[in-house]
Amino acid sequence: MSKTSRTSITMPTQAKKGSIIEIRAIAQHDMETGFRYTEGGKPIPRDIIRFFICQYNGVEVFKAELFPGTGANPMIIFSTIAAESGILQFEWQGDNGYEAVNQSQITVT
Amino acid sequence: MKALSVAVFFIAILSSAASFAARQSSYELMTPENQAMQDDPGSNPAQFWVMDGQSLWKQKAGKANVSCASCHGESGETMRGVAVQFPKMVRRKLRTLEGQINYCRTQRQGALALAYESKALLALSVFVATQSKGLPIAVEETPANRDSLSKGRQWFEMRMGQLNLSCAQCHEDRAGLKLGGSVIPQAHPTAYPIYRLEWQSLGSLERRLRNCMSGVRARQFDYGSPEMAQLELFLMWRARGMPLESPGVRP
Repeated sequence: MSKTSRTSITMPTQAKKGSIIEIRAIAQHDMETGFRYTEGGKPIPRDIIRFFICQYNGVEVFKAELFPGTGANPMIIFSTIAAESGILQFEWQGDNGYEAVNQSQITVT
Repeated sequence: MKALSVAVFFIAILSSAASFAARQSSYELMTPENQAMQDDPGSNPAQFWVMDGQSLWKQKAGKANVSCASCHGESGETMRGVAVQFPKMVRRKLRTLEGQINYCRTQRQGALALAYESKALLALSVFVATQSKGLPIAVEETPANRDSLSKGRQWFEMRMGQLNLSCAQCHEDRAGLKLGGSVIPQAHPTAYPIYRLEWQSLGSLERRLRNCMSGVRARQFDYGSPEMAQLELFLMWRARGMPLESPGVRP
């Protein structure tokens, strides 16, 4: 069963060539650790985001691996160099077929 | 003599202004990082619930097959100024915002009531609450709510639990002092529903109140109980005039 959720990207839409831009990517996810139990004592299976990948015009510029220690609704803040105008694609992959994709456009002058 | 009376008059104004200004949202006690998280819609995790609420708002439900939007409008902007009035007396019964949403669901839509702290109920209540962001809390004492308000004050001042503490002992007498390393807030419910980092989720005022009750080893008021509504009413009346911040972020 595949599922997805809301995501949000905060980054500049315009930048000078060669400048460093900050990108904030947040995804709505419970990040269930797999270490918790229900009130009835049954273990709650793990359900987390495993990977986050950022591609800049098709080139991978940032990748992160997430683990059960990460809190719910994880926000990833990173930076990259504004090399050329184009599209940044963000992708989250996780347990139980979780997948979310978001895109953002940047104009480099 | 005249100068003295003028001075007394000004001191009276100043002291009343001071006691008014001394009221403080627990937003002021947060780190700059957490304040930034609340202020920036791009990093406030509660925004996801607001968006969920917006889609639920338009979703038809129940036997009547109507959505919230069918009566109240698509945008939800008609709900501006609504959340700051709750809890309020509706047909001689005190109703919280969550109670009102469930009333609409069961009576108008013919659907099942949403469970307290369920994602759907939190999403709808935060969607309604955030329409009133920035407006002053407008709960006033009226002949209709006087009884409930005085009950609420009674709960606030009543010692409870194995630790035998009242809300007022911490949040009125000792507000600003420390409990276990953190500053005791004045308990003004200005930002609910809040995204509490400790919960890693959005939560209602009732959940927060139950937190304190379990903290003093008391028997918690039930979700949706009249006692809970009365206590909420008293707290909102106590915070009247303070701007609503919903959705807030709290550590």
